[in-house]
Amino acid sequence: MHPPAKHVEVSNLRLSYGPKEVIHGITFDIFKNEILGIIGPAQSGKTSLLRCINRTIEFSADAKVQGTIKVEGVDVRRQNVYALRRKIGMVAPLPVGLPLTIYDNVAFAPRCAGVTAKSDLDGAVEKCLRQAALWDEVKDRLDSLGTKLSGGQQQRLTIARALSHQPEILCLDEFSIAIDPVTTMRIEDVLKELRKEMTIILVTNLTQQARRLANRTMFLWNGDIIELDSNQVMFSDTPANRKTYEYVNGIFG
Amino acid sequence: MATELQTELAPERAAPKPAQPERGSAPANKPARAGRGALAIAGEKLIEFVIRLCGISAIIFVFSIFFFVFREAAPLFFQKHEPPAQPEAVVERHADDHSPAAKKFALKEFLFSKEWYPTSQSNVRFGVLALIVGTLSVTALAMIIAVPFGLGAAVFVSEFCGGKIKETLKIVIELLAAIPSVVWGFIGLTVMNPIIQDLFHAPIGLNMLNGAILLALMSVPIMVSIGEDSLKAVPDSFREAGLALGATRWQLVYRVLLPAAKNGLLAAVLLGVGRAVGETMAVLMATGHAVNIPFVTADGSFNPLFIFEPVRTLTATIAAELGEASEGSQHYRVLFLIGVLLFSMTFIVNLTADLIIRGIKKR
Repeated sequence: MHPPAKHVEVSNLRLSYGPKEVIHGITFDIFKNEILGIIGPAQSGKTSLLRCINRTIEFSADAKVQGTIKVEGVDVRRQNVYALRRKIGMVAPLPVGLPLTIYDNVAFAPRCAGVTAKSDLDGAVEKCLRQAALWDEVKDRLDSLGTKLSGGQQQRLTIARALSHQPEILCLDEFSIAIDPVTTMRIEDVLKELRKEMTIILVTNLTQQARRLANRTMFLWNGDIIELDSNQVMFSDTPANRKTYEYVNGIFG
Repeated sequence: MATELQTELAPERAAPKPAQPERGSAPANKPARAGRGALAIAGEKLIEFVIRLCGISAIIFVFSIFFFVFREAAPLFFQKHEPPAQPEAVVERHADDHSPAAKKFALKEFLFSKEWYPTSQSNVRFGVLALIVGTLSVTALAMIIAVPFGLGAAVFVSEFCGGKIKETLKIVIELLAAIPSVVWGFIGLTVMNPIIQDLFHAPIGLNMLNGAILLALMSVPIMVSIGEDSLKAVPDSFREAGLALGATRWQLVYRVLLPAAKNGLLAAVLLGVGRAVGETMAVLMATGHAVNIPFVTADGSFNPLFIFEPVRTLTATIAAELGEASEGSQHYRVLFLIGVLLFSMTFIVNLTADLIIRGIKKR
């Protein structure tokens, strides 16, 4: 079995906000078409890590990034930032419905990328909304404001939006925080399907979700990788690090 | 009603007290607590009353201003041929001086006649059509200049520049807002006047364009600061979400920020309109102050060079003539009626804006 292709390579990544360092030099790879689960308590640097990958970290004026992140072998800082962000779909923990209609929310990214034909946009919108398990609920009111949807629907709208530019990497940052368990399971099924098309980074507080979905899981704690291994190892009784076992089984600290 | 509510609430608040001894706390504490409670309730009552008063005061002020302005103008509609407010002796003396003949006031003539001869000896006319057209056209031209500049500057200050440039720009723009309008009028008279004459070969530099440019310069700072505030009020999460989707900065501005901030931006524009409609001194000095409908030439055809025509506005008319009009005379009352008219115009502008915003929200 030949080793899978590396999609994202993170090497010696250090991140500090002002004088406070939050990621202390971590190195790992993400393979093509895998689901990488990232677990860890609050303040462990999970969200910051995602923001480094799509360079939205640059919005924080005091953030300082050292080390390199390569996407498809090229340093993210050498890539066109807009093209890079179109390659990466990002779903935030709390839904950010742009103050636009449902249709415009999903059509936003394709339009920014230069798609103008109505038929193309219609097709993309329907496909993404179906993938996010939202189409049936909103197909009759695509022209109403996205912000009028319920919290869970808005979250699925942001998932649809993240898929709308056909990203190669999909970053999900605790996507299920505002969604009911039934819908969560539906979206998890969708993610399993999407894995064929893209690499998925799944940051989650639900260790069971990482266990269900991920191929490999990374345990991040206080800006350091405690352990990164396949799920068979991570969720077994004998992971390499005792802390992993304790965290996964809820007897941490 | 407020006091009723309070008395209903008060026993409820007092009710838990008998239950307290069970906790076995120091008995010395209890009277102190009860005393503070009563004081707090009284204080709350007072504060609620004061806040209520503050809220209502705005309405009271608006209505009383309208009432007092209208009270001065109202006798126009009720008097027959002579102003009853004036003592007869005064009327007679005026008659000897060939003062304007008091004639019956007609609202129709007031609104639709373009003849404004308030102090004529033989042919008194109170038609403000030309003044209304003057106000509206100067304001409209000013807004055509100011809205793109103001909103563009607001977007630039808020989204496209940072750090020192931003701070400097904001300070300079605020400085621009602090220039007194008479200084603007002075600039219009002495600086803009020759420039317009030279640049466009206009016969007079004191015209609609001059006034409109001054008004634009005066309303841009308001638009920039209100517009920038409303853009700043758009949550950063929208910016991050938009940019994370691969939008460029400009795409972010016109696809996300402008729709998100449209209410605030509309308010910014309307405050600019309000400033322009109400501005007096600068337009009095810079527009030429001639009763003239700029769009029509002497032979009645359309005038394509209307922006170089001198005009007169409603506000400038009041400012220039109120000091000369004898109190209680028909002229005096007509000037107050112009005040009522201005009041109604701003009311209509605000109402329209409100309806537009409601329309946007409903969607």
